[in-house]
Amino acid sequence: MRHRKSGKRLGRTWEHRKSLFRNLSRSLLTYGKIRTTEAKAKELRKVVDRLITLALRNDLHARRQAYKVLENHALVKKLFDEIGPRFVGVKGGYTRVVKLGLPRPGDCAPLAIIEFTRGVHDEDEPEAKESKPKAEAAKEAPAKKKTKAKKAAEETPAEETPAEEAPAEEPAAEEAPAEEAPAEEPATEEAPAEEAPAEEAPAEEAPAEEAAEEPKKEGEDA
Amino acid sequence: MALPKRKTSKSKRNMRRAHDHVAVPNVIYCECGEPTLPHRVCPSCGVYKGRQYLQKADD
Repeated sequence: MRHRKSGKRLGRTWEHRKSLFRNLSRSLLTYGKIRTTEAKAKELRKVVDRLITLALRNDLHARRQAYKVLENHALVKKLFDEIGPRFVGVKGGYTRVVKLGLPRPGDCAPLAIIEFTRGVHDEDEPEAKESKPKAEAAKEAPAKKKTKAKKAAEETPAEETPAEEAPAEEPAAEEAPAEEAPAEEPATEEAPAEEAPAEEAPAEEAPAEEAAEEPKKEGEDA
Repeated sequence: MALPKRKTSKSKRNMRRAHDHVAVPNVIYCECGEPTLPHRVCPSCGVYKGRQYLQKADD
C-alpha cells in the first residue's frame, strides 16, 4: 500500500527517479528556467525547494547535504552564492511552474516551464511590467484624490472663513446665523472630505511600495 | 456461462454510444486575440499572466 507515501513514481524505479531529479535540478540550477513535462516539473519543485532551503541555511552541513543531491561543487557554489541570496526573507514558493499551451509532439505529453520566482531576468523585466499597471493604477487613484483634495482645498478655505466668522457674529446678530448656518454646514461637510484625502496623500507612497512588493507575492502564489 | 440471448440491435448499440464523445476543450481568448486554453501559456504570443515565456524562435 502506498499510504502516506507522497510524490509521483513517474513509472521509474527509485534509482531511476533519483537520478532523473538530480539531472533536472542540475539543469534548473544551471539555466534558471527549464521546460519539461508538467508531472516532472511539479515533482521537481519539491527537490529544488529543499535545495533552496539548504542554501538559505548556508552552513557547511547544508552545503554537504546539497552536494549529496547535486554532486557538483560548482553548482553547489552557485546555489549557495548566487541563487540562495535572492530568496533571503522569502518563506517558500521558490519555484514557479507554468503550463504550456501545446503538448509535446510525439507523445502529446503536457509540458510546463519551471523557473525560480526570483530570477536574474525576472526582477528586471516582468516585475517592471507588472508593477507598471499597478503603479499607474495606484497613481491614478491618488491623482483623482489629489484633484478632489485640491478642489476641496480650494473650496473649503473660501467657505471655512465665513464659517469661522459665523460663530463670532452669531452672538452679535441673531439674524446672521439663519443665513450663515447653511454656509457653515457645507464647510463642515467638506472639511472632513478634505482631511480624508490629506490623510491619504502621505499614504500615496505606501501604495507605490505595495505595488512594488505585490508582484513578488503574486509570484509566490503562482 | 452467461450468454447474450439476442444480438445487440443497432438502436441499442447506438444508444450505448450516445455518451461516447471527446471532451470539448474550454477555449478562452488570449489578450493577443488568439484562442488558447485557460491557465496555460498562450501558444501564439507566449504570454501568461503578463510574463513572456516563449520567444518566437524558442523551442
